[in-house]
Amino acid sequence: MKGRARTRSSRRFGDVALSLGTGLAAALVLLIVVVILGDVIYNGAPHMTLTFLTQAPRDGMTAGGIFPAIFGTVALVVLMTLAVLPAGVATAIYLSEYANPGSRLTRLVRVAVNNLAGVPSIVFGLFGLGFFVQFVGAGIDRALYGGQRVFGQPALIWAALTMAVLTLPVVIVATEEALAAVPRELRLASAALGASRLQTIARVVLPQALPGILTGAILAISRGAGEVAPILFTGVAYFLPKLPRSLHDQFMQLGYHVYVLSTQSPDVDATRPILYATVLVLLLLTFALNATAVVVRSHMRRRFAGASS
Amino acid sequence: MSEQPSKPQPGRVIPVGLAPSPRQTLPRLGPPPLQPTERKGHGQAERPRLASWRPKFHALAEAAIRVLAFSSIAAVVLIFVFIGKEAWPLFHDSAIWKEVTLAKMWFARQWPGYDAPEHIWQPVSEVPKYAVWPLVVGTLKVTLVAMLVAVPLGVGSALFVSQYAGRRLREIIKPTVELLAGIPSVVLGFFALMVMATWLQQALGLESRLNALVAGVALSFAIIPVVFTVSEEAFGAVPRSYVEASTALGAARWQTIVRVVIPAAGPGVAAGIALGLGRAVGETMIVLMASGNAAILSASPADSVRTVSATIAAELAEVVFGGAHYTVLFFLGALLFAFTLATNLLGEFAIGRMRRRLGGVA
Repeated sequence: MKGRARTRSSRRFGDVALSLGTGLAAALVLLIVVVILGDVIYNGAPHMTLTFLTQAPRDGMTAGGIFPAIFGTVALVVLMTLAVLPAGVATAIYLSEYANPGSRLTRLVRVAVNNLAGVPSIVFGLFGLGFFVQFVGAGIDRALYGGQRVFGQPALIWAALTMAVLTLPVVIVATEEALAAVPRELRLASAALGASRLQTIARVVLPQALPGILTGAILAISRGAGEVAPILFTGVAYFLPKLPRSLHDQFMQLGYHVYVLSTQSPDVDATRPILYATVLVLLLLTFALNATAVVVRSHMRRRFAGASS
Repeated sequence: MSEQPSKPQPGRVIPVGLAPSPRQTLPRLGPPPLQPTERKGHGQAERPRLASWRPKFHALAEAAIRVLAFSSIAAVVLIFVFIGKEAWPLFHDSAIWKEVTLAKMWFARQWPGYDAPEHIWQPVSEVPKYAVWPLVVGTLKVTLVAMLVAVPLGVGSALFVSQYAGRRLREIIKPTVELLAGIPSVVLGFFALMVMATWLQQALGLESRLNALVAGVALSFAIIPVVFTVSEEAFGAVPRSYVEASTALGAARWQTIVRVVIPAAGPGVAAGIALGLGRAVGETMIVLMASGNAAILSASPADSVRTVSATIAAELAEVVFGGAHYTVLFFLGALLFAFTLATNLLGEFAIGRMRRRLGGVA
C-alpha cells in the first residue's frame, strides 16, 4: 500500500533527522571545548616554564612571571575555604539532620540557598563592597583604629569573605548530598548504642560523609579560583611590588591578571605569550581541582556501594 | 535483612520494627521527623554520655550549628539590604536628584550640544548623563544572541545524550560539558577577545571587532552547560512507562520523543532555560571583555554594546563613594539581582511542577 510505504519512510526520515540534528548539537559543543582548550594549550604551553611560575612580572608585564598572582590566588582560596566550610557544612547538617523538612523555615533556607546560587557574581562584588568594605571594615576602623583607614578599604580578607558567600551554596549542596548518602543503619546503630544526636553526627555521620564534604570544598575552591567579578572592588590589584603580608593588604590574582593583560596591555603582541601561559595556569589549576573532586566523589560512591551490598 | 539499605528519600516510611514508641526518644534520622515533639529537648539528661561530651558543650555545639545554618538566609537578606542601602539615596536624596532621578534615567533628554533628545549613558563628563536604555538594550541584545546559540545546542545535545547516544558517547559528552562548565568566565572572555573576535570579523566582515555578536556567542559557552545539565536531567526523569506506552501504540522513536518525552520533560527544560537566562543576564567578565563596551543604543548585533553588568564592573572602581554615579551603579546592581531572583524562582517553580506532574507515575 502506498500509505504504509509513506509512513515507513517518514518514520525513518524523522528518526534520522532528529538523531542527526541533536548529534550535531552535541558535536558542536565538543568542538567548542576542543578548540578553546587546544588554542590555550598550543599557545600557552611553550611559555610555561619554572621561572615563569616563580618570578614576579617585569618590564610593565611584558616579561617575568606570575608568581604574585599565583600566591594571591592561593591565599584568597585558602581564606575563603576557612570561612565557607564551617558555615556551609553547618547549614547542611542543620538542613538534613535537625530541621523539620516540612517546616516553613526549612523551605525558606532552601529557597535562600538556591537563589544564592543564581545571584550574578558582579552583585556579590557590590555586596562585598557595600557590606564588608564599607560597613564591617569601616566599622572595625572606627572601633579599633580611631578612624584610620586599615580595614575600611578593599583587602584580601574582604575579597575572601565575598568569595565565601559566593561559594556557600556549592558547599551546602555537596554536603547535604553526602549526608543523605550515609546509610540509615549507621545512625540507627549509633542511636541504639545510646549516642545522642550530636554524638551520632560527630562520630558516625560526619566521618562517613567526609569525602562528599571534601568534594564540595574542592568544587568551591575551583569556583573561587576562577571568579573575577566579585573581587574587582573588594581587594584585587593590577600590580603590587610586594606579596600581601596581612589580611588587610591587597593582592594579585590569576583571573584578574588575565583580564588586565588582555584588555589593558599597552603592547598586545609582547604580552601575548605571557597572557596565554597565565590562562593555561589558571585552567590547569581549576581543572586539577575539578578532577580531584570527581575522583573523590567516585571513590565515595564505590565505598558506599561496597558497604551496602 | 528485612529492610532495604536504600538512600534516604523524602517521604519514606520508618521501618516497622523501628517505629518510635511514645516513650522512646530516638535521635532524628534524616529528613522526615520521627516525632514532632522531639525537636527541642534531645533527652540528653536520661541518656548515658561518653565522658568527653559534656552537656554544656553539646548545647553550645548545637546552637553553633543553628546559628551558622542561618548564615545562608542571612547572606541573601544582607545582599538585599546592603545593595538596597547603597541605592536608596537615588529615591530620596535631593543632592543626587540634581544629577539624576529615577524617572529621568528612562527618558530621552535634550543635552547641551545635541540636536534632538537622546538616550545617552555618559556618567563621567561635564554634564553627567545617565540614560539606562542603552545599557538595558545592550544587555538584551547580548543575552538574546547567547540564548539563540545556547538553547538549541544545550537542549539538542541533552536530547542526544539521553535518547540516542550509546554509553561510550555519553561518557565522552557529559564530562566534556562539565569541563566547559569548569572553564572560568574570564578565560571564555579572553578567548572571545583574542581569538573569536578576529574569526567572526573576518568571516562576516563586521565593522567593529568587539560587538554584541561576539560577546553573545562567547556568553553562550557559559550558558550551554546550565541548559544542558538541567535539560538532560529532565529528559532522564521521564518515566519509562510513558515511552513504553507510546511505543506499544505504534509510535516511531522520534514520534515518541517529540510527542511524549519532550512534552513530559518540558517544564524541566524550561527551568534549564530560565536558569541559563539568569546566568546570561548577570554574567560579567565575558561581556566586559568581548562586547566593546560602547553604550550605543541600536538594534544591530554588529554594534558594540555595554551591558548592565559590564558597566558596574568597569565603572564602580573609579567613582566617588556615595555620589550619584555610585548610587546609580548600585541601583543597576539591584535591578540585576531582582531579575535573576525572578528567573531563579521561575525555574524552581517549573522544576517543582514537573516533579509533581511526573511524581504520580514514577
